Amino acid sequence: MRRRIVPYFLLSPGTIWLVLFFVVPLYYMGKLSLESGVVGSLEFNWNWSNYSEALSLYDSQFIRSFVYAGVATLLALLISYPLAYTIAFKAGRWRNALLFAVVAPFFTTYLIRTLAWETMLSDESPVTKFLHTVGLAPSGHVLATSGAVIAGLTYNFLPFMILPIYASLERIDVRLIEASKDLYCSAAQGFWRVTLPLSAPGIVAGTLLTFIPAAGDYVNAQFLGGVGNRMIGNVIQSLYLTQSNYPSAAALSFVLMGLIMVAVVVYIRFAGSEALMGEEAV
Amino acid sequence: MSADREGAGGRAWRWLREHAVNIAAGLVVLYLLIPIAVIFVFSFNDPQGRYNFTWVGFTLSHWGNAFGLEDLTDALLTSLKLALLATVISTVIGTLMALALVRHNFFGRRLANFLIVIPMATPEVVMGAALLSFFLILNTPPLGFQTLLIAHVMFCISFVVVVVRSRLIGFDRSLEEAARDLGASSFETFRLVTLPLIMPGIFGAAMLAFALSIDDFVISNFNSGTTVTFPLYIFGAAQRGIPVEVNVVAMILFFFTVAAMGFATWQQRRAEKMASIRPEQEAGAGFPAGAAAAT
Repeated sequence: MRRRIVPYFLLSPGTIWLVLFFVVPLYYMGKLSLESGVVGSLEFNWNWSNYSEALSLYDSQFIRSFVYAGVATLLALLISYPLAYTIAFKAGRWRNALLFAVVAPFFTTYLIRTLAWETMLSDESPVTKFLHTVGLAPSGHVLATSGAVIAGLTYNFLPFMILPIYASLERIDVRLIEASKDLYCSAAQGFWRVTLPLSAPGIVAGTLLTFIPAAGDYVNAQFLGGVGNRMIGNVIQSLYLTQSNYPSAAALSFVLMGLIMVAVVVYIRFAGSEALMGEEAV
Repeated sequence: MSADREGAGGRAWRWLREHAVNIAAGLVVLYLLIPIAVIFVFSFNDPQGRYNFTWVGFTLSHWGNAFGLEDLTDALLTSLKLALLATVISTVIGTLMALALVRHNFFGRRLANFLIVIPMATPEVVMGAALLSFFLILNTPPLGFQTLLIAHVMFCISFVVVVVRSRLIGFDRSLEEAARDLGASSFETFRLVTLPLIMPGIFGAAMLAFALSIDDFVISNFNSGTTVTFPLYIFGAAQRGIPVEVNVVAMILFFFTVAAMGFATWQQRRAEKMASIRPEQEAGAGFPAGAAAAT
C-alpha cells in the first residue's frame, strides 16, 4: 500500500505546479477569449466573434508566421544535417569541440544574438554589401525584409535542429552501414537507404523543436523585420501588452496553439509516429 | 604533361568530394560562431551616436565600465536571482517527477507524461499570454518578481524531467540492490548510492534550467509587470539605442557559462570514471553482479 502512494507523492509538487500554472491558465485564457467589452468591464458571454474577427483581421500574419517558420525549419535542416553527420561519424577527437560550437550561441542571450544579426544585416555592413554585389539584395537593404526575419529564425533555433539529429545519427549501429556496402550499395545509396531513414527520429524531433518556437516567435520580426513582416506573435504581444485588447489576443493565442497542434499531428502522421516514439522512449 | 595535370585536377576533385561534408560542416560552425564574434568585437566599439551598429574605433572603456550602468546591473542581478531560485525549485520538483516516472508503474502515468511534454510543444507566446490572463483575472499576486518566478519554474520543469529521466533510464539498479543487501535503509540507499550516481544528470538539468531562465524573454515580457530582467532591459534599450556595456555583460556571461560547462564536463567524466572502476573490481573478486543480488 505504501509503495502505491510513493509515485503520487513524488509527482505531486510538479503536477500541482504544472496544472496550476499551465493548465488552469489555459482555461482562464479560454474564458477570456469568449468575453466582450473593454478592460474593467469585461463580460463573459460566449462571444465567438472574437475568433472570427481574429482570423479575418490577422489572416496574413498567421500565414506569414507559418511560411516563415516552415522555410526557416527547412533551411535549418539543410544546414544542420552535414554538421550533425560530421560530428557523429567523422569528427574523432574534435567531437566535443564541435558540440561546444553548436551550443555556444545559447550561451549568449537570445536578444543579443538577434541584435548581432541586426548589426550584420544593417545597410553599411559588409554582409549586406556582399549580398548587394552578388545581386541577392538589389535594393541594398536586407533589414526589414522577409529574408532577414527568416535568416534570424533559422540561426536562432539551429541548435534545436542539430542536437537531435546528431543524437539519432550517433546511435546508428555502424555495422548496418558497413553491411550496405558489403551488399554493393554505393556511398550515396547507403546514405539514402540506410543512414537517412535511421536518422528520421532526429529529423522529426529537430523539425518540431525548430518549427514550434519559430511559428510563435516575435523577437526576430521585431528586430529584423519591418511593418510588412509582422508575425502573429507580434500581434498577440501588442494586443496584450500595449493595446490591452485581451479577448482578441486570447482568441489569437488559442488559434495559434490549435493550428500548431494540427500541423504537428498531420506532420507526425505523415512522418510516421514510430519515428517520434523512438525519440520519446529516450 | 597534360595527363599529369589532369591527375592533379582529379586528385583535387576527389579530395573535394571526400571532404565535401566536412567542409560544409566547417562553414556551418563558422556561421554559428560569427554572431558571437560580432558581439565580442562590438563590445570594444566606440560609437559616437546612440546606435552600436557600425564600427567606429577601438576602446576598452566599456569593459572598464561593465557594471557602471545602474539599470543594467540591477537587471542583471534580478536575472541572476530569478534564475538561481527557478533552477533550485524546478530541479528538485523535476527530479522527483523523473524518479516517479522511471521507477514506478502507476495509474495515470501516461497522463503525467503528457502533462510534461505539452508545455514543451506550446509556443512561448501562448504560455506567456495564458499566464498573464490567469494573473489578470485572479488579480493576485501582483505582476513582478513572484509571477516571473512562477512562470520560470513552470517552463523549466519539463526540461529537468527529460534530462534526469534519460540519466535514470541508463541506471544499473543492481547497485541499489547491493546497498540494500548490505543493510542500508531505502533512504540511505537513495542518499548514498542513487543520488551520487544520477548527480551528473541532475547537474546537467540544473544548468539547462538556469540557461533557459536567464535567457527567457517572451514569457517574462508578458508577466514581469515593472520588474526588469537582463533580456527585458535589452528589449527596452533597443528602442532608444543599446549601450555597449550590454555587449560587455553578454560576453562576461558567455565566458562564465563556458567555464561552468567545462567544469560540468570535467565532473561528468570523473563520475563516469568512478562508475567504470566498479565492474573491474567485481570481475577481480570473481563475483558477478547478478549473483550478488540473487543471494
